[in-house]
Amino acid sequence: MIRRLLPAAVLAACLAPSAGAEVGGDPDRGQELYVYCSGCHQVGRGAENGIGPHLNNIFDRGAAALDGFRYSDDLQRAARNGLIWDYDNLDAYIENPQILVSGTRMSFDGFEDQQDRDDVIAYLRRYSADPSNIPEAAPTARALDHGVAPEVLAIVGDPAYGEFLASECTSCHQASGTDSGIPSITNWPVDTFVIAMHAYKNGRRTHQVMNMMAGRLSDEEIAALAAYFATIE
Amino acid sequence: MPLNRRAFIGTAAAAGAALAAPMVRAQGRPRVVVVGGGAGGATVARYLARDSEGAVEVTLVEPSRSYYTCFFSNLYIGGFREIDSLAHSYGTLASDYGINVIHDWAVGVDRDARTVTLAGGAVLPYDRLVLSPGIDFVDGAVPGWDVSAQNAMPHAYKGGSQTELLKAQIEAMPEGGTFAMVAPPNPFRCPPGPYERISMVAHLLSRINPTAKILVADPKENFSKQGLFEEGWERHYAGMITRIGPDFGGADVEVNPAEMTVTIDGVVENVDVCNVIPAMKAGRIADIAGVTEGNWAPVNAFDLSSRIDETIHVLGDSAAQGDMPKSGFAANSQAKVCSNAILGALTGSTVFPARFTNTCWSLISTDDGVKVGAAYEATEEKIASTDSFISQTGESDDLRAATYRESIGWYDGITTDMFG
Repeated sequence: MIRRLLPAAVLAACLAPSAGAEVGGDPDRGQELYVYCSGCHQVGRGAENGIGPHLNNIFDRGAAALDGFRYSDDLQRAARNGLIWDYDNLDAYIENPQILVSGTRMSFDGFEDQQDRDDVIAYLRRYSADPSNIPEAAPTARALDHGVAPEVLAIVGDPAYGEFLASECTSCHQASGTDSGIPSITNWPVDTFVIAMHAYKNGRRTHQVMNMMAGRLSDEEIAALAAYFATIE
Repeated sequence: MPLNRRAFIGTAAAAGAALAAPMVRAQGRPRVVVVGGGAGGATVARYLARDSEGAVEVTLVEPSRSYYTCFFSNLYIGGFREIDSLAHSYGTLASDYGINVIHDWAVGVDRDARTVTLAGGAVLPYDRLVLSPGIDFVDGAVPGWDVSAQNAMPHAYKGGSQTELLKAQIEAMPEGGTFAMVAPPNPFRCPPGPYERISMVAHLLSRINPTAKILVADPKENFSKQGLFEEGWERHYAGMITRIGPDFGGADVEVNPAEMTVTIDGVVENVDVCNVIPAMKAGRIADIAGVTEGNWAPVNAFDLSSRIDETIHVLGDSAAQGDMPKSGFAANSQAKVCSNAILGALTGSTVFPARFTNTCWSLISTDDGVKVGAAYEATEEKIASTDSFISQTGESDDLRAATYRESIGWYDGITTDMFG
């Protein structure tokens, strides 16, 4: 899961109605920057451990997890404390390895520039599991908040937008209100609906699917859904 | 009634059609032809008809009168579903939604004239064409096997008679016999599907033939939900399942349907049932329409339009769209974005930002359900994943049972979303 704050430029870009998620960096440029890494880290077909561990399938791998590589005591300690190589941690580590693991043997000054880091991570992403084959694989992009597009959201609680958004819900929840293994969500009072969705969004209520679904909905979108589901026959 | 986009359709439809369609079609409603009545095609037809409220003429071309879902077909093999519970008709789409349902094969697409030709001879003009034909198999992918051998060695990777055949063969296995699966290479329909099938075959055999063995030749190093399946196999079916991955020759496989043998890395195995799931490619009509590059049809993420012809949209398994797996849920999700975009283009209705989701449930044993899912958004480059989750190993029995109940609810939900 990617929790970093988005740069202002990205937020501005999503005002355009066709703008979608932002794919991190440019992998081709990342490949050029990788010369700063390749002296120690192999990646790609047949990559093996060298001075540093190979970086195939680095995404979502636990720190210090490769058999046959002798990691520093500090990295092993970080691993025991649950360090996972997700986007945020990789980003922090290649900005300055000491940020995450003060005694790491990775002797590297770091990529100061966010774009450089994004590009290198995008390059590394090519050599980790592909989400189209392994759906649980680490994401390849950052979601944007669509709630800020005023030409799309004419009014708060727009039931027409709610109807479109509801098409994601009706893959599981039946529009007829039929309840079989998955609860009915039709004809709820608007407030109840909004409160429940925010509880999934902020994690107070726990359900893997609903936390993901609600997590990507803006306040306006939740209002639009509530308005739609409150009124359908 | 609140003011919404439908209120504008009347005037916008005429203007939109006049702009979008060639002169010869200036009169009448814009026409959308949908080829393939599965999770992508049935859904897009239903949403187009429902949301346009008659402003768009929707024709659905699907050879089968009864559609058997491929999803949940493994549960039939395991004994958790009746085959009839997987069958759906197109009656409601025709009667309640006004969709022109034609049971025939699409055999030709003339992109210049914008027409689809059916095997029965009919020629259907379109303003937009949606292709959602599912998968076909790559010729020669498994040496010794072709479609003519599918009775001796079923693929059972399209719902219906193949699924029934495979189950009947498993039930007829001799005591202590061997069930073999040749698993497919990436990318293929339903990433957890072969491994859910292994689970369901093991479940069936553990009841009727507990000394039987399961042998899987797999060209892939890793597969979806691997940790969950392997944990479940050890827990429920210890000693029954052997999977041979590529390090041990799982990619070097040849079959002989006449002799019922499978040769893995040069070693000949006699087997009693052999489920060959070959490498896959886009359904044939995508090739015929000329919208494929290699095995799949590349599409734009925002509207699922072909990168080769923007008046043709490709949904589901056949599309090369980026990060979404090939699944019924994914096709259903893409269909709604596609419908919204097509209506915007043809009638001027509001086009909302594209967003997609997918969840795949799998059953490992009785009341032992697991799931994997992700959220996606459109980018210029592809449909990109933005979040994902997966069930955890060691979950409580209660949670696994709840996940299974949830999957049953999903089946009812998505089939209602497809067929009305």
